[in-house]
Amino acid sequence: MKNLQETWVYLSASPLLHLTLTLIAFVVASAIFRRLKLNPLANPVLISVVLIVSLLVATGTSYESYFEGAQFVHFLLGPATVSLAIPLYRQFEKVKRSAVAILVSVLLGSSTAILSAVCIAWLLGADGVSIISLAPKSITAPVAMGVSEKLGGLPSLTAVLVILTGICGAMLGPLVLNLLNITDWSARGLAIGVASHGIGTARALQINETAGAFAGLAMGLNALATAVLLPIIWRLFFA
Amino acid sequence: MVEYFTLILCCQLIGELLVSVLNLPLPGPVAGMILLFGFLLVKGEIPEPLAHLSDTLLNNLSLLFVPAGVGVMLHFELLGTELIPLSVALVVSTLLTIAVSALLMVWFTRLSQKNIENDRGADQ
Repeated sequence: MKNLQETWVYLSASPLLHLTLTLIAFVVASAIFRRLKLNPLANPVLISVVLIVSLLVATGTSYESYFEGAQFVHFLLGPATVSLAIPLYRQFEKVKRSAVAILVSVLLGSSTAILSAVCIAWLLGADGVSIISLAPKSITAPVAMGVSEKLGGLPSLTAVLVILTGICGAMLGPLVLNLLNITDWSARGLAIGVASHGIGTARALQINETAGAFAGLAMGLNALATAVLLPIIWRLFFA
Repeated sequence: MVEYFTLILCCQLIGELLVSVLNLPLPGPVAGMILLFGFLLVKGEIPEPLAHLSDTLLNNLSLLFVPAGVGVMLHFELLGTELIPLSVALVVSTLLTIAVSALLMVWFTRLSQKNIENDRGADQ
């Protein structure tokens, strides 16, 4: 018995345990997602996070020691973002044709994301620091955290709100788009990419390549737009 | 395969360097994406191993967000005290953004197509 305990102590200190846990949770979540015929409500990121957080809380494991293992998965986000150039190149003809429509939609969509989030949170009495941390919620985490920090928000809270926004858009976005009767894949992808960055893009890529390419492009453009627009909007209206 | 993974990492590394040296409001990987896109434009085609590698990474893109998502456990308390304002703002704003962006994209695409057709009509 003593051997087993020693092995456990050794394993919980090594990255292997939490790396494997992350992958097992995702394999289970993906199986559920496929069983439910890719229903957006069965979002695999959400299911994996719920499974892992429950297990970590139950075993009294800290996020830091979990991340020791999970960082190897987390690292691949960078290379995956770089490789979004490939679907973009495959769809370049379509993108060129609607360049103006893309730029206008991203700019106005980006402003909608910032203004509506800040106004609603303020009206419902959220704390100032939480409001700033929420403002860049629709863009990819590294930029959102930088912008939030510059304006006096909490970068780690922003990271969480960004992920929740991504999950929300990926889960409920398709529902909104169906209600509005939007069938064009480029418009569907762009909207999901503007509002819910990489998690939305991941969902779009699974459904349709055009949607995936437009989502990836919109995600990149919105990161740029929000990084420039948010400090200006903040100074104009709220500071 | 290794060559192209190296190429992707080089694009990301140069992207990070450019962003920090030029103080750009972009994440390094997005700058890297632009560099890789430039490479593809110059090359004029997607090398097969690179396409395969990118498809593998992007087919599992959701997985890569899980470690950051688990970070939600760090903020249970704050999220608890501000649950209503933050969650309402987050959900309503996200859905509104999706609706506005999609509708604008459909309208402007239609508008520019009409313009192209009008131009063609004027030429004939």
